[in-house]
Amino acid sequence: MSTAIATPAPTVDVPERRRRALLIVVGCTLIGAVAQVLIKSGANHLSHPGFLGAILGMLTNPPLFFGYCLYGVFTALMVYALRDGELSILFPLIALQYVWVSILSVVIFHESMSPLKAAGVVVIVIGVAVLGRGGAKA
Amino acid sequence: MALVVTGSVIGSFGAVFLKFGALALGRHWSTWLLNWRLAIGVGAYLLSSVFFVMGVARGELSVLYPMVSLGYICTLMWSRLFFNERLTASKFAGVGLILVGIVLLGLGNH
Repeated sequence: MSTAIATPAPTVDVPERRRRALLIVVGCTLIGAVAQVLIKSGANHLSHPGFLGAILGMLTNPPLFFGYCLYGVFTALMVYALRDGELSILFPLIALQYVWVSILSVVIFHESMSPLKAAGVVVIVIGVAVLGRGGAKA
Repeated sequence: MALVVTGSVIGSFGAVFLKFGALALGRHWSTWLLNWRLAIGVGAYLLSSVFFVMGVARGELSVLYPMVSLGYICTLMWSRLFFNERLTASKFAGVGLILVGIVLLGLGNH
């Protein structure tokens, strides 16, 4: 099986690799948010609800299909980032996905942005910034 | 409630196995495919999402966001335990703020 342990490339230094891992995860959260929006719009047009219908929909319903494909891309990029970054920083950063989804829900589905939701978005962004700053320095 | 809690804990172990899998990656592409740690990680994520969906379907939506937060705290502990990552003040502050933000979002969605 996979006994080869990844050795860091000597050309790029550790802080730079950690910064890159942070940026990859930020990109991941954007991809994850788009996937979630696609799955939501695809699920709204599902002809047969239920477990089998959902499976069939994943294969025949383009928004659902591409949504789940994007989740595959999300996972692969996340694993790539985890090679260099700390789990205790990269995992909480995924919360940024909630921020993008909240913004996309307003822009695409014209849902209202309540003051509480807006406050939540701002607090999450501040939390991510605090984590990211600590992570880039460490 | 029990469903969403179980989903959170399983999801946090999914993250741990993805990290173990990432550390076991080599240069060859086969190290992505023949990687049992990654397979367990992905499987745990899928399983946790099944628990979440079942929980939400049974009306556990109000506890969904706080319990997702539980997954974050578990992941901090596993990071320390399995990967010897340092738990710094900025990590606690950042995760704390993110948790508060998630709870606000959850309240705003009602």
